[in-house]
Amino acid sequence: MFITPLKRTLSAAAIALCASTAASAADVELQFYFPVAVGGAAADTIQALTDEYVANNPGVKIDAVYAGSYQDTVAKVLTAARGGDAPQLSVILSVDMFTLLDEDLILPFDDYATTADDKAWLNSFYPSFMENSQTGGKTYGIPFQRSTPVLYWNKEAFKEAGLDPNTPPATWEEMVEMGKKLVKKNASGEVERWGVRIPSSGFPYWLFQGLTTQNDVILANSDGNKTNFDDPKVVEALQYMVDLSGKHGVMAPGIIEWGSTPKAFFEGQTAMMWTTTGNLTNVRKNAPFDFGVGMLPANKRRGAPTGGGNFYMFKGSTDAELKAAFDFIKWITGPEPSAKWTIATGYVAPRPATWETDAMKAYTADFPPALVARDQLEFAVAELSTYENQRITRIFNDALEAAITGKKSPAEALKEAQEKADAVLKAYR
Amino acid sequence: MTRRIEWVHAWLLLLPALVFLFTFTHLPAIRTIIDSFFSTARGRRKSVFVGLENYQQLLDDPTFWKVLTNNLWFALGTIPTSIAIALVMALWVNEKLAGRSFIRMAYFTPTVLPLIAVANIWLFFYTPGFGLFDQIATGLFGTGQHNFLGDPDTALGAVMVVTIWKEAGFFMIFYLAALQTIPPSLLEAARVEGAGRWTIFRRVVFPLLMPTTLFVSVNAVINSFRLVDHLFILTGGGPDNASSLLLFYIYETAFRFWDTAYAATLTVVLLVLLSLLAIGQFFLFDRKVHYK
Repeated sequence: MFITPLKRTLSAAAIALCASTAASAADVELQFYFPVAVGGAAADTIQALTDEYVANNPGVKIDAVYAGSYQDTVAKVLTAARGGDAPQLSVILSVDMFTLLDEDLILPFDDYATTADDKAWLNSFYPSFMENSQTGGKTYGIPFQRSTPVLYWNKEAFKEAGLDPNTPPATWEEMVEMGKKLVKKNASGEVERWGVRIPSSGFPYWLFQGLTTQNDVILANSDGNKTNFDDPKVVEALQYMVDLSGKHGVMAPGIIEWGSTPKAFFEGQTAMMWTTTGNLTNVRKNAPFDFGVGMLPANKRRGAPTGGGNFYMFKGSTDAELKAAFDFIKWITGPEPSAKWTIATGYVAPRPATWETDAMKAYTADFPPALVARDQLEFAVAELSTYENQRITRIFNDALEAAITGKKSPAEALKEAQEKADAVLKAYR
Repeated sequence: MTRRIEWVHAWLLLLPALVFLFTFTHLPAIRTIIDSFFSTARGRRKSVFVGLENYQQLLDDPTFWKVLTNNLWFALGTIPTSIAIALVMALWVNEKLAGRSFIRMAYFTPTVLPLIAVANIWLFFYTPGFGLFDQIATGLFGTGQHNFLGDPDTALGAVMVVTIWKEAGFFMIFYLAALQTIPPSLLEAARVEGAGRWTIFRRVVFPLLMPTTLFVSVNAVINSFRLVDHLFILTGGGPDNASSLLLFYIYETAFRFWDTAYAATLTVVLLVLLSLLAIGQFFLFDRKVHYK
């Protein structure tokens, strides 16, 4: 007798469960991990864009998961993949492409770009961004949140030092000369304001790659299995960086913290700083003085590394999921969504078409510094990327730190780094 | 018959704890030791038996020797200092002074704060120019541009200070509890005999605190290998591994470089080191510890 209500409840529950699974069986569910490496409402913007896509595309559900920093995100994705539960798509550092390939996790976009439209889209990105996204003739990453470092300068400090506030240094020599004029010492002879600040904590290789590119040398081959750390031009670039604090006295000695660089700039501790264009909105909001943004100075040529994250698609997903993921990636890199993303963060929109939209034209007319990073793309090169990328960059960072702190000479440090990198990479040749 | 049932009961009661112990301690340790004899499996290449090659790589690795040396200096710096500070703090707050509870709370606060959170605060303290220490230095001495974390000579020291600050309060609690179990009659008797404060401490109080000192020093040794959380925030291993420690290097190798075989090798070294230290400590202290 008393089984009947129980039976009823159970059967009702079972039917409800079947109904809900029947409904969601028709939907394609995607999970997408993304990192945030800059301040501001980046995560909110991604969520808003994802929601917009889902609203306009019934039959697809997308779960956008904020996964921390770039390193956290790649660690999470690799862990999930090893557990057999990889997401269908993710935003990961462009330079981790070789690592992901070696772990046999990612799929080339060429296999999904079947129509003429798709192929046109695949070819419509700035070539500098594609250098870290392609290998072996195939495209594995689609640029999404990409950047380059730029030079910010304090116009008031320039005026104070008797320099033209609208002209940043255009060459290495100029940066040293102007830096010397900008250095301000207090009564006891201690430096109150340095001329320039190139941060060297955490990942010094990125800004250092600006210097090597300006000295016309490439750090690794495009196959990702040979580095070039002990090239004399690289040694020269490192010597220049070391001399900035040693010989010329225009930069603070020792390792300079990346995170506190904008703040040091606002506090007037440095008149010029090298940092990512991703800090553009941060500086615009918080600098208590008039500032300028320009390309990094040239030596043998202008140059900068690219940086930031690409979209990747992962193995282990069904065909329906991959088609939906491909469609989403195509949409989010389209002119309108990409414009929204760039304006909200300061990242460089990766396709020329985006810069032609009305929204972007209005934004750049109002705030020309947003164009500097894009214009610098002409001179930009691939970011350092090899197999076992984290390990190789760690070896390289250690060498740079040793030279910057004066523990080893640039030539010695780079020679050791090249030997260590060779030992790791010879397994991949 | 009943003897056997008792015996079975005993094992059944021990079983849950043993299962956890084996699953989370012994099995992973054995697995790690086995893994250290194989190469790392990558997506495209399987793992192969390589014998002692990983250990050879370990011996040839200058970074490993650097982090090991760092860790030994780190242990040498943090263990006696934090125990001494904890003892002094405990002796001080054991007496009847005004605001005693507040001071005890203040000393214990570092323990309850998560190390990652406090590392961010200390990052600000150490910032050159407008960090707290430099601002104090500018106020007192007029100079204020020290790069504590960016200078290989001071990075390890700076990291040690944060560790000592974190664990001294925790050890103080144990000493405080132990101090309060010392019968006052012993101290009175000593005073009656005409012993000074230092003699009382050296001959009466400190020997009676030996069990606590043993416990605290075992903890301090474990902490000196375990507490690496602040490295992620403060120095990331420091200029050219100047402030890198063994566990931090293991994490990097395992989860940044994904070289799991080499990380297993490093872990075996850590396990052996800690086992030796633990056994050594117990034997060393055995004669000196009086249990009541």
